Amino acid sequence: MTIVEHLPQTKRGIGFVSVVALAAWFGAYALNERLWDWLLYDRIGLDSETRPASALHFFLYDTAKIALLLTGIIFVVGVLRTFITIERTRALLGGRREGVGNVMAAGLGVATPFCSCSAVPAFIGFVGAGVPIGVTLSFLIASPLVNEIAIGLLWTTFGWDIALLYVAAGLTIAIVAGWVLGRMGVERWIEPFVLRSQTARPNLLASGGGSDTGGVAVETKPSAQLRVRIGLDEVRAILGKVWPYLLIGVGLGAVIHGWVPSDFFAAHAGPDNPFGVLVAVVLGVPLYSNAAGALPLVEALADKGVPMGTLLAFMMSVVALSLPEMVLLKRVLKLPLLGSFVGVVALGIVAVGYLFNFILT
Amino acid sequence: MNIKVLGSGCANCVRLEANVKEALAATGIADATVEKVTDYADIAAYGIMSTPGLVVNGHVLVSGRVPVADEVATLLAAAR
Repeated sequence: MTIVEHLPQTKRGIGFVSVVALAAWFGAYALNERLWDWLLYDRIGLDSETRPASALHFFLYDTAKIALLLTGIIFVVGVLRTFITIERTRALLGGRREGVGNVMAAGLGVATPFCSCSAVPAFIGFVGAGVPIGVTLSFLIASPLVNEIAIGLLWTTFGWDIALLYVAAGLTIAIVAGWVLGRMGVERWIEPFVLRSQTARPNLLASGGGSDTGGVAVETKPSAQLRVRIGLDEVRAILGKVWPYLLIGVGLGAVIHGWVPSDFFAAHAGPDNPFGVLVAVVLGVPLYSNAAGALPLVEALADKGVPMGTLLAFMMSVVALSLPEMVLLKRVLKLPLLGSFVGVVALGIVAVGYLFNFILT
Repeated sequence: MNIKVLGSGCANCVRLEANVKEALAATGIADATVEKVTDYADIAAYGIMSTPGLVVNGHVLVSGRVPVADEVATLLAAAR
C-alpha cells in the first residue's frame, strides 16, 4: 500500500498527518448530503419529489455516510486496540471468581481485539490459564454482541441514548448468560483436548518468557507508525469484507424508504404485536451480516414504524449469533453446550427487545 | 528456515500466508519451508490466543494480527 509506505516515522509526523486526515474526514462527512443534492438535483436535474430520484439520493448519500463512518470507527478502534492484547486480558481474568469475573470479562470482551476465527484458540487459552468457563463465555458473548461499528452507527443515526442502551443491554446479556452457563456445570461438554493442561500452557520462550504478554511473542510495543498501519489495515480488511452487505443493506433501506408506506409496519410489527420481537430475533439468526449491512435496514424500518426494541433485538441477533462462529465453536464445545450457548444468548436478546419496547413507548 | 502459519483458514491467515510468500520473494531467502497449521490442538500447542500466528524456527513472532509483507520481511531477516 503506497499510503502506508509513505507514513512518517516520528510521532510528530504521525500526529500531523492524523490531524489533516481528521479534518478531511469531518469535511467530507459534513458536505456529503449537499454533494448529492447538488449532483442529482441541480446538475443532473432530477425531481426530488419522485420516488426513484429520492431513493437514488438516499442510496448514494447513505452509502457514502456509512462508508465514512465505518472508516472512521474502524480506524480509531483499530488503533486503540493496539494498546490491549488478548494475552493481557487473560492475565487480568485468570483465577478470577465468577460474578466479578463475568463483569470484567464482558467489559474486556468489548475492548479487546478479537476476531471470531480466534474463538477456539482464545477459549483454549482462557480455560488453560484458569479462567472459569462461565467467565470465558461472557468474554466470547460480549465480543461480537457489543460491536463498535454498531455503537457508532446507532449513535449517529438514533442518538447517544440508544447507543448506550445497546451497550448496556449487550453487556448485561453477556454477564448473565456467561454466569448462568457457568453455573450449569458444563465441563463435561467441552472437548477433552481443551482441558488437557499441556496443550493449554503458554509457550514460554527461552529468552524472555513470563512478561505480561504471557511470554508468547517477541513483539515489542508497536511504534506510533505501526499502530497507524494496523488501523489502516483493519479498515482495508473490514471494508473489503463488508461492502457487499453494505450495498445490499442500503439498497433494501432505500426501497423501504421510498416505496413502503409510513406506519406500514406499525400494523404488523408494532408495539401491539406480541410476537414482533420473537420474529425479529428468529429472522436475525440465519442472516449472516454485520452491523454495517444491518443498520441502513434498521434505520429505514424505524422510519416506517417498527419499534426500537424490536429493531435492537434484530440487530443483535444478526451480529451476535453468527453461523460461521457457531461452526468454529463446535470444535471445542459439544452440542449440548453449544445449543445452550445459542439458546441463552437468544433468550437474552429477546428479553432485551421486549424490555426496550416497554421502556421506550 | 522453517516458517509456520497458524490459522484455520479464515481470510486473515490466508492473507498472512500471502504476505509471507511476498516477503520471501522480496528478501530472496531461498531455503525456507512454509507450512499451514490448521488443527486447533496443534495451534494450541504454541500457546497463542488469537489467529493468525507466525512461527519461525519454532518461535512465535506475531499472533493475533496480520503483519504487512515488509514487516514480515524484517522479521525474517532478523531470524536468520
